[in-house]
This record gives sequence, structure tokens and C-alpha cells, in this order.
Amino acid sequence: MATIIVQRPKLAWHERWFISTLVKGLKITLGHALKTFREIVGGKEKVTMEYPEQKWDANLPSYYRGAPALVTDEQERERCVSCQLCEFICPPKAIRITPGEIPSDDPWAKVEKRPKEFDIDMTRCIYCGMCEEVCPEQAIYLRKDYAITGESRAELMHNKKKLYEIGGKRVGLVNKWNELK
Amino acid sequence: MAALLASFDFAFLITSVVKIVFLTFLVILPMVAYSVYAERRFSAIIQDRVGPNRTGIPLTLFGFKKDIQIFGIGGLVQPMADGLKFLLKEDFTPKSVNTFYYWLAPALTMVPALMTCAVLPFGSELDFSFLNPMIEKLGGTGFSAPVKSVIADLNVGPLFTFAIASLGVYGIVLAGWSSNSKYPFLGGVRSSAQMISYELSLGLSIIPVLMVFGELNLSKMSAFQDANGWLLLPFWGEGLTAERWVLLVPMVISFCIFTVAMFAETNRLPFDLAECETELVAGYHTEYSSMKFALFFLGEYAAMIIGSGLAVTLFLGGWSIPFWPFFEYVGNMIGLDTAFGWLGSSFQLHYSAGSTPFWLGLLHIGVFFLKVIVFILFFILIRWSLPRFRFDQLMKLGWLFMFELALANVILTAVIMACFTK
Ligand code: SF4
Ligand code: SF4
Repeated sequence: MATIIVQRPKLAWHERWFISTLVKGLKITLGHALKTFREIVGGKEKVTMEYPEQKWDANLPSYYRGAPALVTDEQERERCVSCQLCEFICPPKAIRITPGEIPSDDPWAKVEKRPKEFDIDMTRCIYCGMCEEVCPEQAIYLRKDYAITGESRAELMHNKKKLYEIGGKRVGLVNKWNELK
Repeated sequence: MAALLASFDFAFLITSVVKIVFLTFLVILPMVAYSVYAERRFSAIIQDRVGPNRTGIPLTLFGFKKDIQIFGIGGLVQPMADGLKFLLKEDFTPKSVNTFYYWLAPALTMVPALMTCAVLPFGSELDFSFLNPMIEKLGGTGFSAPVKSVIADLNVGPLFTFAIASLGVYGIVLAGWSSNSKYPFLGGVRSSAQMISYELSLGLSIIPVLMVFGELNLSKMSAFQDANGWLLLPFWGEGLTAERWVLLVPMVISFCIFTVAMFAETNRLPFDLAECETELVAGYHTEYSSMKFALFFLGEYAAMIIGSGLAVTLFLGGWSIPFWPFFEYVGNMIGLDTAFGWLGSSFQLHYSAGSTPFWLGLLHIGVFFLKVIVFILFFILIRWSLPRFRFDQLMKLGWLFMFELALANVILTAVIMACFTK
């Protein structure tokens, strides 16, 4: 491989003493300042998006990892079988599951288990997506919700009801790797 | 007791107190708060951002639809919100600090910065004689002479400023040392080395200026520049002589050295090695919180404002209005004195001791602060344009370049002045 020796630019004396470079720098910053100032005063299109009013939601990529949530299948059945794999893999230990048995008179009795309680502590979750990746039933997905706020810690403890509310319904057999994601 | 009371000059006392309150509490402190705001907005637009533009009078708290924005400029209430936040935050004192010095340090930064403003002439003089009939009705004697717009008209102005301003380094060193933690300590050590180095060139840089003025009284310097052209703008009065034009060379050098040294003295970027966030967390005030941190912050900005005030007074004519001979000529031509009868019989824009009209005194104060504000904006622009120096570069610049240049500049000025006085 050919070795290319990059020559350092030779600086003139006024560049070495920060004289012309200072002027150049000031010109750049002042130029940007005046441009943005005119844009703000003129109400023209700005570089900054003003967050709560303007959002970028439409441009979120398909692989965006927001809040984790549980989903039901097309028959309104809970997909989660409380195998607790997600609970064990979750790096910050944000998930807590209390497994429950499905009574034998239930139409889904053959599934055997469903979570009695399913809590995700959103003050701990790091949105890593491990739970989604590990789940054998495609029951837990990271949705695109990112503004998870609350006024108390209790509010940020997403329980089963809340998780299904965020998650909604997910139809199709295996949709972990397809576009439906 | 009565004799003691009679020996006080009450008019002098009252005017002094009024001046102190006016300058420090009504001008400098709000200016400090708003220069923080200006810094945030200015740096934002430099980086193509918007900056804090939302804080208004919080009417939404009382159930209204919208916050009120003053003058339609968003965020003008931000400094007040910041101040409130500083007051309400937990004031945390780490266990291992040396409590006495830890508490003393913030005050030692803030107080010298504010004290130096005592000698700054922030305006020419205010003629309050129109109040005399009212005061006489109340039983007083009234004003016999116009009130000078400077708190203490000392004859050693710049020396006083430097003497007090260099006390500011104690605040930083004590903060760094008493925090008992390595980053503040490094910040304190750096800052003391830096301040001592740059104080030399700061002091030496104004010697040529003092030689030209032959004067150490800052208000007389301003008056001289008002009559004879600013040091850096000699376009009227005696400023039009050949000597002043040749002297412009050392004056520009002086101004550059003074400004650079001022940046270093106030710990502003590109010389903010005492707090440089990338290396030292926050430097000497790492362990401080709440109002104690705010005092450091305010002290830095107050020092910046006073420094700008000093630079403006020494080099840019203080409160003087530039090009007044030209303006007066035009003003008299178009007959402003008849158009604005209330301005008095003449259109006077220059200072003349003892007979400056009241409105002109006010205008001078306005002009002075306008210049200071422009200078502060320049400070801010520099901060967001230049990267920080390395510490050895800083020391090299201070000792091997600026110090020598300042010395040579003194000699150059002396030679020029000797050549012209025959
Ligand atoms: S969400 Fe998936 S991984 Fe977690 S318990 Fe339910 S089925 Fe198992
Ligand atoms: S996204 Fe990661 S951190 Fe959050 S619940 Fe799933 S596994 Fe835990």
C-alpha cells in the first residue's frame, strides 16, 4: 500500500499569531449569528424545531426503540405466556412478572400460563430492546412512544393494563422480523 | 453629637448613597443577570439555535391561556427565573470542606468585582438645580453644583481598580483550596498563576495611556477624551494633531494587550483554564451549589462588566458622544434648537464642566452603558469563536509576548511623546 504523507499546511506568520485566523473565526460566528437572528426575527424557517409544538414523529425510523409494551393477538388473547425470559434478560431489572395459571375452563387453557401481574419500571428501563428480542411469543414490543413522563414514581410504573393499552393488538403469526414490527 | 452631625455633608452623603444604589443595584446587577441571558441567546444564534425564548410573566400559573412576553421578545424573564432557582436550590456543603474559607470564597469573588465600579465614571454630571425650588420649600439649601456621575471621584482611578480587582483571585484560590477536592484545587492553582501573569501586562498596558492623559482620574480622562477625541478615535479637538495620530499606534497596541489581559483576568474563554469544563468538571466552583455558586457566576460577569467599563473609559471615550462637533454643526444648520424649544437655547452635545444640561447628563449615562453593552457582546462573541488555550501556551503568551510588548510599548510612547514636545 502506498504511504501518503500528508503535509501540514504551512501557516503564515499572521496565521500563527492568531491575527488573520481570529478575524476569520469571528466572521464565521458573526455570520451565523446574523443569519439565525434574521431568521428568528423574520419568522422564517428555523434550524431548531420547537419541541412540544413541532414534532419529528413522522420521521422516526422503523427501528426506533421507544417504550416497551405488551400486545394481544387477533383473538384478543394475551400473547405473553409469562415465561419470564424478558424479566431475566432485562439488564437494569426493570421488569417484574407474577406468573399466573390459566384455569382449565378457559378457552385458552392449553396455553397454561399468563401473567397475573406485569410491571415495567420506566424509571429503570433503558430502552435496549432485549425483552423484545428474547421473547419467544412475540408478546413484547418496543413502541415509538418516547415522551414517558409522570409526576410520581408510581405513575412511571407501567402495570399490565397500561402496557396493553400502549401495545394494542398485533396480528399475524410471526411478525418479529417483518415490516409490521 | 450635634456638632458631629453638623460636620457631615448630608447632600454629599445622600447623593453618594443614591449613586451607589443606582449603579450597583439598579444597573450592574440587572446587567449581570441580563448579560447571562444575552450570552445564552447570542451563543444560541451563533450555533444556529434559538436559545431560551419561552420564559415570560407566568400568567398560565393563574389560569390564563398564555404567558406574557415582554416587548414580544421571548424569554426576557429568564434571568429572574434563574435567580429564583438559585435561591430555592439546596445549599449543599460537602463534609470535608474547610467551612470558614468555603463560605468566605464566594463573597470574596463578588465583592471586589462590585467595589471596583466605585471609580467608574458612568456619566458626566447631572444638573439637579431644577429641583432646588422644591428642596428649598422643604427647608433645604438645594444643589449648589451639578452632581458628578461617579461614586468616588478618586485621583487614582485605574490603580484603585487594579488593586481591588486583583483581590478577586483570593476568592478563586480559597474556593479551590477549601473545597478539599482535586479539580477545584487544580482550577484554583491555575487561576492564581494565570491572574498573576496577566496582571503584569494589564498594568503595563495602561501606562502609555496614562502618559498621554498625564492624569489618573478617570472622570477627567473621559472629559479630556470628550473634548479632544477618543484615544482610538482622534477626530476632533486636539485629537487632530499629528502627535495624536502617531500615538494611535501604541494606543492600539495598548488596547489589544489590555483587552486580552482583561479576558485572562476575568477568566473568560479563551483563557478560562480555571474552570475549563472539559478537564476540571467546573474548576474552582465544582463543589459549590445554590446561591454560593451563583455568587461566583455573578462575580465573573460583574468583573466582565466593570472590565468593559474600564476599557470603554480608557480607550473609547467613556460617556462621551463621538463626533459631536459634526452633529452640533448639522444640528444648528437644520435648526434643531427651534424645532425642540424645550432642549434649551442651544443644541449642545459636548460636556462643559458645571453647565451640562440635565438631559445631556442622562444621555451620557445612556451612551456609556451602550458602549459597555457593545463591549460585552464582543466578549461573548470571542468566547463562542475561539477555542481554549493550552496552559503552557497561555503562560508563554503572557510572559514571553504580552509582557515584552507592553514594556516596549511604554518606551515607544515615551519616544514619540519626546519627539513631539520640543
Ligand atoms: S413477554 Fe415474552 S419473554 Fe416476557 S414473559 Fe411474556 S412471553 Fe416471556
Ligand atoms: S427495553 Fe431493555 S431495559 Fe427496557 S424493559 Fe426491555 S429489556 Fe428491560
